[in-house]
Amino acid sequence: MIQENSSSDKNTLKNVVIRFVGDSGDGMQLTGTQFSTTSALLGNDIATFPNYPSEIRAPQGTVYGVSGFQVHIGESAIYTPGDDVDVLVAMNPAALKVNINSVKAGKTIIVDTDSFTAKNISKAGYDENPLLSGDLDQYVVIEAPITSLTREAIKDVGLNKKAMDRSKNMFALGMVYWMFTRPMEHTIDFFKKKFKSKPLVIEANIKTLKAGYNFAQTLELMPSPLVILPAKMKPGTYRIINGNTATAWGFLAAAEKSGLDLYLGSYPITPATDILHELVKHLQFGVKAFQAEDEIAGISSTIGASFAGKLAITTTSGPGLALKGEALGLAVMTELPIVVVNVQRGGPSTGLPTKTEQSDLMQALYGRNGESPAIVIAASTPENCFDFAFEASKLALEHMTPVILLTDGYIANGSAPWKIKTVEEMPNISHRQVSAKDIDGEFEPYARDAETLARSWAIPGTEGLEHRIGGLEKAIDTGNVSMDPLNHEEMTKIRQAKVDKVADFIPNLKVEGAQEGELLVVGWGGTFGSMFTAVNSMFEDGKRIGLAHFNYINPMPKNVADIFSKYKKIIVCELNNGQFHTVLNAKYPQFDYMKYNKIQGLPFSVLDLINKFNQILDNK
Amino acid sequence: MTDSNIPMYTFKDFASDQEVRWCPGCDDYVVLKSIQKALPQMGRKKEDFVFISGIGCSSRFPYYVATYGMHGIHGRAAAIATGVKLANKNLSVWVATGDGDSLAIGGNHFIHLIRRNIDINLVLFNNEIYGLTKGQFSPTSLMGQKTKSSPFGNIQPPFHPGELAIGSGSRFFARVAGGNTKMQQSIFIDAEKFKGTAIVEVLQNCVIFNDGAFDKYTDRAVKDDAQLYVEHGKPMIFGKNSNKGLVLNGLKLEVVTIGENGVEEKDILVHDAHNPDSTLHLMLAKMHMPVVTGIIRAVKEKTYDELCNERIEEVKNNAKFKSVNELFASGETYEVK
Ligand code: SF4
Repeated sequence: MIQENSSSDKNTLKNVVIRFVGDSGDGMQLTGTQFSTTSALLGNDIATFPNYPSEIRAPQGTVYGVSGFQVHIGESAIYTPGDDVDVLVAMNPAALKVNINSVKAGKTIIVDTDSFTAKNISKAGYDENPLLSGDLDQYVVIEAPITSLTREAIKDVGLNKKAMDRSKNMFALGMVYWMFTRPMEHTIDFFKKKFKSKPLVIEANIKTLKAGYNFAQTLELMPSPLVILPAKMKPGTYRIINGNTATAWGFLAAAEKSGLDLYLGSYPITPATDILHELVKHLQFGVKAFQAEDEIAGISSTIGASFAGKLAITTTSGPGLALKGEALGLAVMTELPIVVVNVQRGGPSTGLPTKTEQSDLMQALYGRNGESPAIVIAASTPENCFDFAFEASKLALEHMTPVILLTDGYIANGSAPWKIKTVEEMPNISHRQVSAKDIDGEFEPYARDAETLARSWAIPGTEGLEHRIGGLEKAIDTGNVSMDPLNHEEMTKIRQAKVDKVADFIPNLKVEGAQEGELLVVGWGGTFGSMFTAVNSMFEDGKRIGLAHFNYINPMPKNVADIFSKYKKIIVCELNNGQFHTVLNAKYPQFDYMKYNKIQGLPFSVLDLINKFNQILDNK
Repeated sequence: MTDSNIPMYTFKDFASDQEVRWCPGCDDYVVLKSIQKALPQMGRKKEDFVFISGIGCSSRFPYYVATYGMHGIHGRAAAIATGVKLANKNLSVWVATGDGDSLAIGGNHFIHLIRRNIDINLVLFNNEIYGLTKGQFSPTSLMGQKTKSSPFGNIQPPFHPGELAIGSGSRFFARVAGGNTKMQQSIFIDAEKFKGTAIVEVLQNCVIFNDGAFDKYTDRAVKDDAQLYVEHGKPMIFGKNSNKGLVLNGLKLEVVTIGENGVEEKDILVHDAHNPDSTLHLMLAKMHMPVVTGIIRAVKEKTYDELCNERIEEVKNNAKFKSVNELFASGETYEVK
């Protein structure tokens, strides 16, 4: 939503949502990233979200091949990539067709008129040219012959037509830069660095960018360009980061902090694979990144590496977690520290591989045979994937138990500014590796720490502590195989108590907005951005509404019941059919819970949330 | 063995305090004894041995060896062992597994372990039956074999472990007779010395559910004529009178008798376990009468774990970022005042 700034001159905006869309070969991701980075450098807060087609090389000009990149920039804190688009840049008719529903009447659409040929129009599934049919009457349409102007601008550079056309995204970017008073320097530098060995490519892109900028200026696309003032962000050094990179880096930080090398056993799966891609780049930190033959080998090798003393993790998405279930049970039984990252996507089965959902909560909590408790935590923003990957490692290593870290396709691929952290400022991690001199008397592999109930970690290669573990039930303390009925019952309770005790080591649940009152909105994981935006704006309007957003799911913070008791009504919002709602009902049955769910592979819309919450508040 | 830092172990040092619970007369006892006797001869510290297993009778193995060990889950021993070896290259990592464990449910991990050539020794207890679940046919059971799950005779053609291993790119494949502890010890020691995935197939008699499956090769009365023990560089001669041997007839191996039809000792094929071309090794592995024991193939190649560690060192030397803090602060960053 373009909001005009009430105070100063009317050309300044509070925030704007721009979506760049085109064929997957049109360079929309690059265009979007350039715009967002340039805006971040100006001090705006940003949130971005890429949108790829699921087909890798869909036919050109078809609706299946449309790729997009949305960026939300603002002078105040931004928590989501935005619901409704203020400016849509559409490089062809198919891109227009796919995205037009996200643009409200009165908003701006920029199109490349050269691409509206009869052939492209029919490929997109339009009966007639939407530029002429009157379909777009309710919008501000800026028509620019982007392809031909690009060719004209760089006709002397010496590239062939195909190569010339590759620059046309820069023409569009140049136009948008002028409209929003962004400087071109950052993008110019980017090309100079990135294509050092290809001077023609540098020249073509820079010339096109400037041509687009000048075109917009000369034609005065708008009465005057718009300004978005810098956001009031905490001082410090920032970078833009997406959730998957932040997750990978959180593990790197945890490895260094704990003094252990990182081991990743992983099998490619959308949308988790980028964590593998990121970690294989950084072998210099001692990372052993192993691309396994399947999901099961991914986690099994992770268990082996953990047994041998690494900070061992495996990354996957829903279907992969299902395959890893049995091995997770082995990690529960052997009480070895591993982290399993599940970047959730729409399910069941193959489901919606590239779309987001929160429907693996029950699987994470209960998706194993036997009584098989594991720690479950969830990151809630792209940038705090860093903190929760670190936290998952810390909890696994200190409590000697598997940890499942839930993220989702939305925060994994979404980007936001991250105030850069150093390893030094992260909390200490004290893993439980032992040597013979730490042990009084006979070594008992399943003897426990009194506070955490965690066992010691004696790794192969340690003299005098040779021992055997495995998936069969263990006798208390000795860890020998035991089929004794009472021992099994007691060990089952000990494993549960060990996970329950983690509650002593995690922070209390915090409420945003009203600390008591009419309505408590409850969420967990990747929906934080939209839920906070909705609740906060209502709270600022004077509504007695608060948000309790969970990152720790098993165990839960100790003050949950205390917080829930301070509100008249509680509503649990999730991108599934009500899984956390069920969990809360079972765990804190003394409260009544309403629920609000969306299962479309899409994030919540802030507006829908606000409408829903208002309805409840009005209905008292 | 020459390293003075390594204590002088005896086989007792490798016997755990757990009661061994295989059926009396099971060949698994022989293999356990062979391992316990071979380990002290390997010149390695006790704490550096790790035994990993899956599920099945033979997968109880780690509990009985007083080293580090993990009894894993069905079929996954090779994958668990892979993580152990990649985590610490100094460990001597062993997998104890069976024909059900490694060739059925764990088939994928078995072939990929071999393909990658990770320095792990895998002892495949092949008894051609499921023992622990009480007598179903396995992927190596013979056609027509009557078992609990094939009362009218098995109609699934068997895998040949040697063929599967060599087909997967095996660099080291050996076969031993289940009752022959001397042969087992020497081959286990060679397997440990070999850098790369070493597969040792044990023709293991299950006295309960498939008794006598290998009698045709191992029975005292026939074994000299039914087993050919191969050694690299030696002519492939066998038989009670050491007068039988192998020659190549066209594309087939043929058993001939020295002194008959003008065959002389010099005509007998000399075993070349080091030949990178696996054609002959495959023929030897598949041969039934005689069955071939000993090291059929031993071809040195870089191991995956070596490559993995070398790659890390290379990257370390050329790394743009020396610390994770440098990485975090690299690239496009900006200051908010
Ligand atoms: S069932 Fe067969 S393989 Fe298993 S322990 Fe008994 S004899 Fe050995």
